[in-house]
Amino acid sequence: MSTVFTFRIDGKDVAGSEGQTVMEVAEENGIDIPALCHLEGIHDRGACRLCMVEIAGSPKLAAACMTRITEGMDVTAHSELLLEYRRTVTEMMFVERNHVCAVCVANNHCELQDTAEELGLTHFDLPRISPKVDIDASHRLFAIDHNRCILCLRCVRVCDEIEGAHTWDIMYRGLETRVQTDMGIPWGESTTCTSCGKCVQVCPTGALFEKGRAVARGSKTRRPFLPWMKVVAEERGL
Amino acid sequence: MSRTIVIDPVTRIEGHSKITIQLDDRGEVVDARFHVTQFRGFERITQGRPVHEMPALMARICGICPVSHLIASAKAVDDILAVEPPPTGVDLRRIINLGQIVQSNALSFFHLSSPDLLFGFDADPAVRNILGVARQNPQLAKDGIGLRKWGQQIIEWLGGKRIHPEGIVPGGMATPLTAEVRDRILAGVPEAIAAVERAIAWYKTDLLRWEDDAATFGNFRSAFMGLVDREGNVDHYGGWLRVIDADGKYLADRVDPKLFNDYIGEAVEPWSYLKSTYWKAMGYPDGIYRVGPLARVNVADRMGTPRADEELEKFRWRVGRVAGSSFHYHYARLIDTLHSVEKIAELLHGPDILSKHVRSVAGINRNEGIGVSEAPRGTLMHHYKVDDDGIVLWANLIIATGHNNMAMNRSVLQVARRHVKGEAITEGMLNRVEAVIRCYDPCLSCSTHALGQMALQIQLLAPDGKVLDELSR
Repeated sequence: MSTVFTFRIDGKDVAGSEGQTVMEVAEENGIDIPALCHLEGIHDRGACRLCMVEIAGSPKLAAACMTRITEGMDVTAHSELLLEYRRTVTEMMFVERNHVCAVCVANNHCELQDTAEELGLTHFDLPRISPKVDIDASHRLFAIDHNRCILCLRCVRVCDEIEGAHTWDIMYRGLETRVQTDMGIPWGESTTCTSCGKCVQVCPTGALFEKGRAVARGSKTRRPFLPWMKVVAEERGL
Repeated sequence: MSRTIVIDPVTRIEGHSKITIQLDDRGEVVDARFHVTQFRGFERITQGRPVHEMPALMARICGICPVSHLIASAKAVDDILAVEPPPTGVDLRRIINLGQIVQSNALSFFHLSSPDLLFGFDADPAVRNILGVARQNPQLAKDGIGLRKWGQQIIEWLGGKRIHPEGIVPGGMATPLTAEVRDRILAGVPEAIAAVERAIAWYKTDLLRWEDDAATFGNFRSAFMGLVDREGNVDHYGGWLRVIDADGKYLADRVDPKLFNDYIGEAVEPWSYLKSTYWKAMGYPDGIYRVGPLARVNVADRMGTPRADEELEKFRWRVGRVAGSSFHYHYARLIDTLHSVEKIAELLHGPDILSKHVRSVAGINRNEGIGVSEAPRGTLMHHYKVDDDGIVLWANLIIATGHNNMAMNRSVLQVARRHVKGEAITEGMLNRVEAVIRCYDPCLSCSTHALGQMALQIQLLAPDGKVLDELSR
């Protein structure tokens, strides 16, 4: 039987089992911590940095999705500082590539858009980078528009951990970082892709979409397979 | 010493432009030009985008007639997919397109032009606007606002929202029509018809007052172009291109609109961002033709709906089989609106209008596609080329205002010659030069200066650029 730890999040007394993350316990207790890379059923990666929380006694912020709970810890998940921090992180995601909500397939169905709204991000102070970024529409069913990718790496993880194909991975570094298919060949030429569409379903933005979907018609309505993902993950002891 | 008069900006039109009038040594008008001073670049910025995004991207060209661009663009993408939308999808597109025509025609006639017609071109601009109309002739203003609202509601109910609706998609429509929405639209038809008929009755009694102006308001011989259906009726969505000359003789008929490049050329002038299109057989700049409501009623045999046909007969009896003066755009616009309201009702009564099958789905089957439809201001053409994955490589648009560019320039010159005398700049002259542009209802971008209260400036310039005289309001 695992040890139960009791601790506090935003002053609320909560309890969780040893090995759980702050994020998991917060979710169980209805405490909403913003996150774009975290997705139940696949390994956490700590990529988006939106779930950063303060832990009393620690000089640095910690990612809630990557921090295991300990007995008596005192977590602050919401504060003015954290809100400002999260807003800036979200703003950086927007200015890094070319996000134009009005003409995006994911308009009104986008987690990045929802997050910005939730955090009260109304304008950009940071200069836009406006890079010239490609679209790969070579796959028969799906396409990736790197303009809208925030590098949450959900696609990489779901393809590897659930589908077992490991078609997706990452290439290059820094601002040049891109998700790639099969060592950088066009998606349509990939020999490992099973065309299962899981990557498209988990993408939080309009970066991965079904071809032929018109603007604002990219609703990812087939998400019910995600709880099943969690079962698979548990069975595999992930 | 030759001089130039500049009117900048031109008000109560959609977009930004200015007019220059060139005078010779004796103060006579030698040339007049309508400059479009804004630059958009949609043909370039859509390169590299997936073709399914094109309707929504192109809709952003204009906030007043986004539906027109959505329709022409969706048709161009249909062509690339090599699909025909299901018949109900086509009918719903027709209805939303006609809703667009009703609301935009209402904006042009009631909000932008009726102040000139009600108060006269020499009236004080403080009164000569839609608010003045509301005081002087409340029913007229109310009808205009009501018609525009009804048209906009159709767009919202069928397309999801009033401006830049997302319901028009490649292959057809995103969602079928419900009986509830059909009935809601139909409930507004009697009032919409009554409103247009009241406006037509008012306009007709007022027409004699403007006979003098009509004679010099872009009154010249030119060709006209529009879409007609199999029976020769006006067709706002599909059909074939028909082009007639000033005597009503066919220059072309039953032309597949996809072949427009064989017939129409585009010329670029260094003084305007708006390209001038011309009828290739007649060359540039002789191949001048007009599009829009006046062209539609001129090229078609009939409108194709009973009340509009009655009015068309009266129109032809009064102004001739082929109306040559651009002043009659107003009259034609009202008939066009009446027809649109009737046609919406006719389509909504169709037996299959509630069918759930409204969209055809296909992949990229061609590398090139053309979509042509009638926008409120005239024939609209979208032409795209894509790679095998459906990424846009090239796009070209011919917008109604482009077709009318040469005609607008000629009209400005004609009005200036009649009303600009010597060095004196009068408010009446200024207003008429602007008003002749307004006949064409040029859509230069997506801004509505509906209240007509923008600053207007006219300058007399010496050849060295020195301001000799200035008038502003």
